[in-house]
This record gives sequence, C-alpha cells and structure tokens, in this order.
Amino acid sequence: MNAIIFSAVLGVLLMFSGIFFSKKSTITVIAVVSLLILFIVNIAENYGLFAITVDTKNLLSFSRFGLFFNSILIAATLIFVLLSGKEIENTSVNTAEYYALIMFVLCGISILTAFNGLLMLFLGIEIMSIPLYILTGADKRNLKSNEAALKYFLMGSFSTGIMLMGIALVYGATGSFDLVSVMNKPGSAGVEIPSFLKSAGYILLFAAMCFKVSAAPFHFWTPDVYDGAPSVFTSFMATIVKAAGFFAFIHLFESNAALLGPSWKILVSFVTVATLLAGNITAVFQQSIKRMLAYSSIAQAGFMLLALFSNNDLAREGIILYAVAYCMATIGFFAVLIKVKDYTFEGFNGLAKKEPLLAFSATIFLLSLAGIPLTAGFFAKYYMLASVIKSGGALWLVITAVLFAAVSVYYYFKVIQAMYFKEGNPEVNAGSAMYRTLLVLLAAAIVLVGALPSIVLNWFYF
Amino acid sequence: MLVLLLLLIPLITGLGLFALKNEQQVKTISLLSATATAIIALLLVINKTTIVYDASWMPSIGARFALRADGMAKILCLLTAIAYPLIFAAVHARQYKNSYAFYGLMLLTQVGLTGVFLAADALLFYFFWELALIPVYFLCSIWGGEKRIAVTFKFFIYTFVGSILMLTGLLYVYFHTADQSFAWESFKSVSLAGKEQASVFALLFIAFAIKMPIFPFHTWQPDAYEQSPTAVTMVLSAIMVKMGIYAVLRWLIPVVPMASTQHAHLVIILSVIGMVYASLIAIKQDDLKRLIAYSSIAHIGLMSAAMFTNNAAATSGVMIQMFNHGINVLGLWIIAEVIEQQLGTRKLSELGGLAQKAPAMAILLVVLSLANIALPLTNAFVGEFLMFNGLFQYNVWVMVIAGTSIILAAVYTLNMVQKIIYGELSAITANATDITGNVRLVLVLIVLMIVVFGILPQHLIELVK
Repeated sequence: MNAIIFSAVLGVLLMFSGIFFSKKSTITVIAVVSLLILFIVNIAENYGLFAITVDTKNLLSFSRFGLFFNSILIAATLIFVLLSGKEIENTSVNTAEYYALIMFVLCGISILTAFNGLLMLFLGIEIMSIPLYILTGADKRNLKSNEAALKYFLMGSFSTGIMLMGIALVYGATGSFDLVSVMNKPGSAGVEIPSFLKSAGYILLFAAMCFKVSAAPFHFWTPDVYDGAPSVFTSFMATIVKAAGFFAFIHLFESNAALLGPSWKILVSFVTVATLLAGNITAVFQQSIKRMLAYSSIAQAGFMLLALFSNNDLAREGIILYAVAYCMATIGFFAVLIKVKDYTFEGFNGLAKKEPLLAFSATIFLLSLAGIPLTAGFFAKYYMLASVIKSGGALWLVITAVLFAAVSVYYYFKVIQAMYFKEGNPEVNAGSAMYRTLLVLLAAAIVLVGALPSIVLNWFYF
Repeated sequence: MLVLLLLLIPLITGLGLFALKNEQQVKTISLLSATATAIIALLLVINKTTIVYDASWMPSIGARFALRADGMAKILCLLTAIAYPLIFAAVHARQYKNSYAFYGLMLLTQVGLTGVFLAADALLFYFFWELALIPVYFLCSIWGGEKRIAVTFKFFIYTFVGSILMLTGLLYVYFHTADQSFAWESFKSVSLAGKEQASVFALLFIAFAIKMPIFPFHTWQPDAYEQSPTAVTMVLSAIMVKMGIYAVLRWLIPVVPMASTQHAHLVIILSVIGMVYASLIAIKQDDLKRLIAYSSIAHIGLMSAAMFTNNAAATSGVMIQMFNHGINVLGLWIIAEVIEQQLGTRKLSELGGLAQKAPAMAILLVVLSLANIALPLTNAFVGEFLMFNGLFQYNVWVMVIAGTSIILAAVYTLNMVQKIIYGELSAITANATDITGNVRLVLVLIVLMIVVFGILPQHLIELVK
C-alpha cells in the first residue's frame, strides 16, 4: 500500500516541481530522491510499517513475493534514472512531466504486484500503460516518435478492450472479480470442465496479457514502438514495464493452471515457441542495434514464458532472478547505446579502442543477455530451464529454448565483434565520471550475481 | 589446498596481467606463473592418493565447489600444467599487440581447462567448460588469421550449442538424483530408465562430440586451428580437445552406462569413419597447419572409439594417449610455428631442404613424426597398442578398418617430413636458419618426454589406474 500511495503523491509533486525549478538537473535530483523514498517505504512495508492502513476489501493483497518484486522494479528504475537522467533531460523540454509519468507508471506497477482481483488487474494495467503512450511520443518533433506513440496507443487500447471483454465474460460466468473464487472453486480438484463463458474469458485475458508482454503472435507492435520511442524510454519500457507485466501474467494464471487442463500447457507452449521463434529469428536480420534489442526483448519474453509453463516454486524464484538479470543488463546496455551516435552495428565498430570501459561493460551486459555462465543471465536461464524440467516431461520445449538461446548468441556477439574485432572510429559521448562508475558497478553486480545467485534469492527468503 | 592452487595461480596472475603494460614483464610473469603451476601439478602427481577439495557454493540448489584429483584428472592437469610453460617459452620471441591481454586471456583459459578436469560437481563442471571457451573466443578473434572473425564465430556457436544441450542433460540428471545434488557421486549413482538414459546420452554426447571433435561434428576444427594464433592452436589441440574425451569418461559413461553400451556401436562406427576420412584428407593437404589438424582428428577418433569398447585396458590406453598426444601435437605445432615465423609460409610445396639449413630442427621433427605414427619406443606406442587391442576384442573388422589409419598416418606424416626437410632448397628456404634458444630447449624437452615415456610407460599406466 505504501508504494501505491507514495508513488501517486510523489508523481504529483514531481509534476509541480517543474514550475518551481527551472534547472533540469535539479529536477533529476528530486526524481532520484523521490525514487529513493519510494524504495524505502516499499521495503518498510515488509516490516509491517504502513503509512496509512486502508481496507482494500480484499481487492489488493500484499504478499512478500509481490513486495519483493516491486522493490526490485523500483530499484531498477532508480538505476535507470541515475544512468540515463541526462538523456531524459535532453529528450525535450518537459523534464518534470517525464519523471512524473515514470512515477505514475510505478504506481500502476505497485498495483500490479499486489492485485487480488480482475478489477485491480485492469486498473493496474491501465495506470501503467497510459503514461507509456505519452512517454513514447515524448520526442514531439520526431515523426517516428509520434507514429510509435499513436500505434502503441491504438494497439494498446484495442488489447485493453479485449481484456475488459475477458473480465466481463469471467464475471458473467462466476459472478465475482475475486482471483481465488474465479480461478479455483473450492472442493473441485481441477477436473470440472469450465463453462464455455469462463474458458472464453480466460482466452481473451490470456491474449491481452500476451499483448502486454509482447508475446507472439501479439508482438507486432513491439519493434516499431521500441524503435520509434526515444531510446531512454525504450529502455524503461523494455525492462521494468515488461517485468511487471510478466509478474501480473504469472500471478493471474498461477492458481488456475489445472483448470484449463492439458490444453493450457499446449496453449502456453505454443505461445512460448512462437515468441522464441519470432524474436530470435527476426533479431538475427536487424541492421540497427536498437531494433535488434526490440526483437531480443521479445526473445527474452519467450524465455520468461517458460515460468508460466512450468508454474512451480522454482519458476517463481526464477522469474525474480530473470527480472533482475534482464533489467540490469538491458538498462546497462541501453545506457551505453544512448551514448553512441550511430545505432547500426557499424556504428559500434572500434568502440573498444576508443572507450574501453564502455565497451567492456557493454560486453558484460551482452554476455548476461546471452546467458553465459558467471553472469546473472546464466542463472536466470538456468532457473527457467530447471523449472520446466522439474515440472516433468516437456524436454522438447527445453531443447527448443536452448537452441534459440544459441541463436541469440549470434546477434549479441555481433555487437561484441563490432566493438572489439573491427576497426572504426565511432562517435561517442564518454559520459560523466558518475555515469562511468555506475556502469562498472552495474557490470560488477551482474558478475557477482552470476557467481553467487543466492545473494538475490536469500534476500527473498531472508 | 594444492588443487586449489592449480586454479588460483593462473586466475590471479591472469587477472593481474591486465594491469600491466610492459611486454617483457608480462611475458616473464606469465612464464613464472605457468612454471609454478607445473611444479604444483608435479607435486600433485607424486602424491598417490586422490585429493579432494570441497566448499559450499550454492546450498539452495545442491551445487558445491567440489574438486577431485584422481588419476585421470591428475594426468590431464599435468598435461595442462606442463604444456603452458612450454607454449609460453616457445612463443617468447613472438610479438603480440596488447600482450598483457593476450597472456591474461591465455592464463584464464588455463583456469577453465584445469577446472574442467578437476570439477566433481556437474554445475561447476559446466561453469569451467564455458569459462575455458570465452577467453579462447577473444584470443582467436583478436589475434587470429585473416578469416578469424567468421571462423572463430563458427567454432564458438558450435561449441555453445553443444554446451547448452549438455546443460539440459545435466539438469535432467540432476532432477533424477536421489538427493537433488550436482555432486559427481550422486550423478554416478543415479538410476535412470532406458529411455531416459537415451535422452541424456544424446544431449551429453553431442556436446562432447563437438568438442573432441568426432565425425560428423568436426567441421569447425580445421578452420579454427588454421586461423587461430599458433599459441592458441596449441592449447586447443593439445589440451582443449581432451576436455571432450575426459568428459565422456567422467560424466557420460558412469552416469548413463546402459545407454553408453547400447550406443557404443554407433559411436565406434562414426569414430572409425572419422579416423579414415581425416587421414585421407590429411594426405591431400598442402597446408602444414591443416595437415596437423586433420591428423589430430584421426588420433582423437581412435581415442573415442576405444573408450566405448568397454574394455579396461583400452580405457587406460585412452588416458595415457590423451597425455602423450598432447605432448606430441604440441611439438608439431611448435615446428609449424617456427617455420611460419621464419619463412612466412606453411605450404609444403614451397618448403624443402631444411635438413641442410636447420639440422637440429630436422632431427627433432623426425622424432616427433615417428611419435605421431606411434612407432614403438615412442610414447604414443603404448597407448595406441592398448586401444587397438581393445578394438580388436570388440570387433575384428572394426580393428581392421581402423588399422588402415596407421598406414595412412605413416603416409601423410612421412610425406610431410620429406617435403619439409629433404629435397632441393627452394627460394624461400634458402635463407632459413636453425632453431635456437627457447624453442630449441622446448623441443628437446618434448622429445625427451617422448623417448622417456616411450621406454618407461609404466609410470603413466600406474598413474591412471
């Protein structure tokens, strides 16, 4: 509850800070402080410290898992702002608004990590999505940015409509928005055949959630939107927002996997394989690194979908690690990408000679995304694979996933090749000392989590 | 503690080298580090007992930092530890740009290789397996030949596909162990049904077969050997390919014995095809590096066929041969490096008459070549004898076909010797000089080992028992 209240209030405060402070860097400092406050109050809730106690009528329930996930996402946002604050300031004139919108997105995320009913799910998704439409179009004078925003808005609204339809059908079938009573009728061992209305409702909900996490075949908006949006906000959307979407997706379906019976597994495995295929194969052919990252984020979503498939304790642990590893690496890599003028692979030629530190950190981020051991990304993938094997059978799905992981090595390593093995003189902004320090710390953290993943997981269990 | 030092010395010096810029210092320190490791490895071998190191790593998933130095691990650690100082000494005169990074990455590779041989925990094994690969990727892509980027990438993707399939297989076994643990003991005592064994066998075997490599997974190898800087080629062919063979003996046959016996026929046939095929291609090669590469495939084929015969003598033959082949091929690569450095060509057709100009090198090359054919009184003879003996007991016809590769080996090796050291001097070889200094010392040491282990093989045999 703390996070929801504070993010909303701090968002409003940040919006007004634009009136009182004309210097953009001051606003960034305020944003960093606000995020720190948000992080602390969210942690405090774990220890039973509440700002206000609200009776949510069981619409929201704050589990330890959800709060922990929320803390991770707030921390990731903090790192994101620290690394890329300069670029947010440079996007356009309305710096304060951007930070305010980011705060509102976090408000939506805080609801999504705590929802206990379909109504709250809908609210969370909308609060999270609407500021994103604006952020996508933040670069007002850029036609591509405008196009992306409009596209995102139209497609997003459409999927929201589908979600609402699904919720309505489920409500019609069960007469309740409540997650538990909707998903699991007490006493039934999951053998009852759900009514047509209910099944149809689930399918619509499933499709809408697939859209939000850009899973195939609902992923077509992703490359255009990620490519068109200002790079800083792409970084935010592709990581924090996507991870939150996944949390909601898994939370929504974790208790009802048995309800849809074997057809559920078939459905999820179809979507997983399709997402892996669409993301990886298309990423291979990209010329622009930014667009490649858009497709790679689809591919990574395919891997995260494995958690939905296996739906066990290992998958829950794994999705936390995956969110941490994926957010750290992608935010870090985008922070490097933004500093380089030319986003094509050629634009990275010879980066290692010119900016060894940037190139080295970028290499760690890419190795992590590819899932090479001794980086956090390895354990993220490890847990996903392990959870599927543990859930029994489905060895074919694991083999498909690892083969696609090998494909992903191809396009991630193309960047490493450009940086280290090719000659060139890239135009690059070296960044401030703080930026460079943070980048190295982030890379070091990735290696540390890669060597001892129990650091993150033990924190979860205490 | 001693086993830990084998990993720590190269790790610390390898990382430390990145802070140094002075080339001479870099070379001296890495040579010192490699020599220190070699001494530790020798101490380890002298100690006859199995040495175990075990520390907590990730208790929540049952993975431990467990090392185990038994006979088989020791002989390969010894090979790694001996090969490194020899390699460093042999390439001492050579200039590599950014030498600190080159030597640093070489030492990090050594950590990975030694770790693979020592690991007694499947996840740790996988970690070291990859750790050995990543530095090699950078080494070959930065310092390699003309087509280095594409060739190294092919090599990397190949082995990466193998290793993640292996990870899948290891995870599969892990969930079937009695105590949900990655420990080698738990893996060994796991009982899987026939069908499960077959899946695990397929997943692990592909990874190991790519690494060895055996036919038809070998296509990355000749290109990679040719394009890599020779110091790395030495590491690849003397040590790294042994990872695949070692892994079969350590992690495949004991874990899925039933499937290994069932599929032995297929593997042996593939290996024998590979032996004959690689030998035939080797005869046709004009490039010295490619010739050695194909000869290496043929030798590896024999080892992989022998270890699936389920014959104890043949298996110990494989272990001895892993060591001896490493030593021999190292010598051949050093000669290839000397020739290329001095004369600027590796083409056999452009060489000739070196016996007149470089008598010492010629003599050493002849001994190395005889060892490559596994003549009696050279170190390779004992191992090959034991392995062929195993194949004979397995199936006479397999032995007969595999045996042709001995003849073919004589053809291409002697042909190579003839073209390099005999015949008329060509325009290129007219100004050649003999080997001196470090290179000479290293080659003499290698030849000494060939002769000593050829006459007194029982020490090696005892070690692997």
